[in-house]
Amino acid sequence: MIDKKNLIRFGLILILILILTILNTTMGKYEIRVLNLAGIYIILGLSLNVINGFTGLFSLGHAGFMAIGAYTSSLLTMSALQKESNFFAEPIVPWLANVQIGFLPALLMGGIIAAILGALIAAPILKLTDDYLAIATLGFSEIIRVIFTNTQSLTNGALGIKGLTRFTTIHYTWGIAILTVLFMFSLRRSSYGKALMAIREDQTAAEAMGIDLFKHKLLAFTIGSFFAGIGGGLLAHLMGTIDPLMFRFLLTFNVLLIVVLGGIGSITGTAISAVVVTVMLEWLRFLDGVIDLGFMTIQGIPGLRMVLFSLLLMMVIIFKQKGLMGRDEITLDSLGGFLGRFKKKEA
Amino acid sequence: MSINTFFQHLSNGLALGSLYALIAIGYTMVYGILRLINFAHGEIFMISTYVVFYGVSMFYLPWWVSILVAILITGLLGIIVERAAYRPLRNSPRISVMISAIGASYLIQNLAIVIFGGRPKSFPIPDYFNTVIQVQGVSVPIVNFFIPVITLVALVVLIYIVEKTKTGMAMRAVSRDYETARLMGISVDNIVSITFGLGSMMAAIGGVMWGLKYPNLIPLIGTMPGLKAFIAAVIGGIGNIKGAVLGGFLLGMTEIMIIASLPDVTGYRDAFAFILLIGILIYKPSGLLGQDIGEKV
Repeated sequence: MIDKKNLIRFGLILILILILTILNTTMGKYEIRVLNLAGIYIILGLSLNVINGFTGLFSLGHAGFMAIGAYTSSLLTMSALQKESNFFAEPIVPWLANVQIGFLPALLMGGIIAAILGALIAAPILKLTDDYLAIATLGFSEIIRVIFTNTQSLTNGALGIKGLTRFTTIHYTWGIAILTVLFMFSLRRSSYGKALMAIREDQTAAEAMGIDLFKHKLLAFTIGSFFAGIGGGLLAHLMGTIDPLMFRFLLTFNVLLIVVLGGIGSITGTAISAVVVTVMLEWLRFLDGVIDLGFMTIQGIPGLRMVLFSLLLMMVIIFKQKGLMGRDEITLDSLGGFLGRFKKKEA
Repeated sequence: MSINTFFQHLSNGLALGSLYALIAIGYTMVYGILRLINFAHGEIFMISTYVVFYGVSMFYLPWWVSILVAILITGLLGIIVERAAYRPLRNSPRISVMISAIGASYLIQNLAIVIFGGRPKSFPIPDYFNTVIQVQGVSVPIVNFFIPVITLVALVVLIYIVEKTKTGMAMRAVSRDYETARLMGISVDNIVSITFGLGSMMAAIGGVMWGLKYPNLIPLIGTMPGLKAFIAAVIGGIGNIKGAVLGGFLLGMTEIMIIASLPDVTGYRDAFAFILLIGILIYKPSGLLGQDIGEKV
C-alpha cells in the first residue's frame, strides 16, 4: 500500500515546483535572481544548521567552505579560453589550464572538495568547546581567504575570477534546495541524526551511552561543508564573478542570521527564514540608496540596511531566543491541525 | 638584516605589541568574569579613534581634552553594550550570548558607517608626534617610544586597581566564583559593569595611540586588531591580565619580525595570527600563563 502521507508530501513538492515554474516564466530578471538567491540560502542555512542546530557545535567558518566550493566549481567549468583571459597577471597552473567539465559534476566536485577540507580542518579542533571552536573555525575561514588571496596562479588572487558562465538557474537552485531539505529530514530520522542531537543535548551523557563523539562531530562538519561547498558553487555561477573579499565573515553572518531567525535546529524554520531574509535583504536595499516618496526624496544612508539586520538578530536572540520555529517543524500533522482549527472557526 | 633595521623593526614590533596588549586586556577581563568573548570589543576600540577625530576637528577641543573625552565615552559604550546585549542573556546558553555579541559588533560597525560615513578620515596628529628621532643611526618615529611607555603606565594603574583596591578584590572574587561572590554581598552587576568600563577604557587608550601610528580611519579598522588582540589574549592564557600583555607583545613582535625577515610571505600576514591561534588551541588551550580547568560534568 502506498503511504498516504508520502503521497501528499509528493503532491506538495509538485505544487511547489509548479509555482516556481510559473514564477520563473513570469517574473523579471531581477526577481528571478532574488528567487535563485533564496534557493541558495536555503541550502546554506540548512548546511550550517547541521553543525550549529543538530549537533550544537558553534561553527563560524562557513564562508571558508563556501569559498572552497565556489572556487573549485568555477575553475572546473571555465573553458581554457576563459582561464587564459582571467589569469593575465600570472598564468594558471598547467594541470588546470585545459580541464573543463559540466556544471553539475563541477558543483559536485566543489561540494566534495569542501567536504574533504572541512573534515581535515575540523578533525584537529573538534575537541574544543563552544566559543573556542567558534573562534578556531572563524580562524580557518580567514586563513582560507588569505590563502586564496595569495595563490595567484591557482585562484587569480585578489583579482578574482570574472566572466563565469551563469549556469545557475531556478532548476538547479531550487532542485538542490528541495533535495537538501529531504536529505536533512532523512538524516534527522536516521540513527546518525539521533546521535548528533544526543551530542547537542548532553555531550557527556551521549559519550557515556557509547556515541563516538569524534566520529559524529566530524560527520556533521563533513555534511555541513559539503552543502556549503555546493551552495558556494551555485552562488559563483549566479553572480558570474567571485573574489576572496566576497567570502568575508559577513557572509557567515548572513547565514547565521537565517538559522537563528528560523529557529536553531529546525529544518522548515531555516528554509522559510532563508526565503524571508533573502527577500528582505534585497528589498531593503532602498535604505542604502535614494528613497523616492513622490513628493520628496530622502537620501538613503549606506549601512542602514545592515544596522536593521544586526538589530533584528539581537532582538530575536534577546527576546525570542527560539526564533521563528524553535526546534519545531511544519509537518503534515501540524499543518492538518492548523487547517482543521481554521475550518472549525469558519463553521 | 642589518643591526640598524633590526632595531627599527624592534621598535615597530614593540609599538604594535603594546597596542595589541591594551586591546587584549579588555577581552581577557571580560572573559575572566563572564566566560564570554566580547566580539564588540574591536568595534568599541574603533569608536574611540573616531571620538578623538570629531573632538578635534568638529568641536575644536584641545588634543588632550578630546583624548580624555574619548576614554570616557568609550568606557561608557562598553558598559552600555554589556547592559543591552549581554545582561539580558546572563543565564542563557553560551551560543546565544555569542550570537548577541556578533550582532552587537555588526550593529556598532554599521552604525559607525551610517554616522561617520565610509570614506576614510585622517586622524589628527599634533606636529610633535610626527618627529622622527635618530638614535645611533637608527631612525625611529617618536610615537614608537611613546606607545610602550603609555602602555606601561596604563598597565601599572590597571594592575594596581585589580590587585590593591577593594573593587579589584571584588572583581577577582567574581571571576573565581560568581555565585559565592554574590553570596558574600558583592554586587555582581556593578562589578561586571566596572570590568567592561575598565576594559573599554584600556581599548580607548590603545585606540588613540593606534590613530597616532596608523592615522587612516575607516569604520572597519576595529575588526582585525580586535581579532588579533583576542588571539593575543588566548596565547597568554585567557582570563589572565599579565598573560594578555605577554600575548600582545609576542604577537606584535612576531608579526613584524616575520614580515621583516621573510618579505615573500607578507601577503599571509593576517593568516599567521590565526595559525598561531589554532596551534595554541590544539596544544595548550589554557595559554602560556593560564590555568588548566578540567571539564565539569
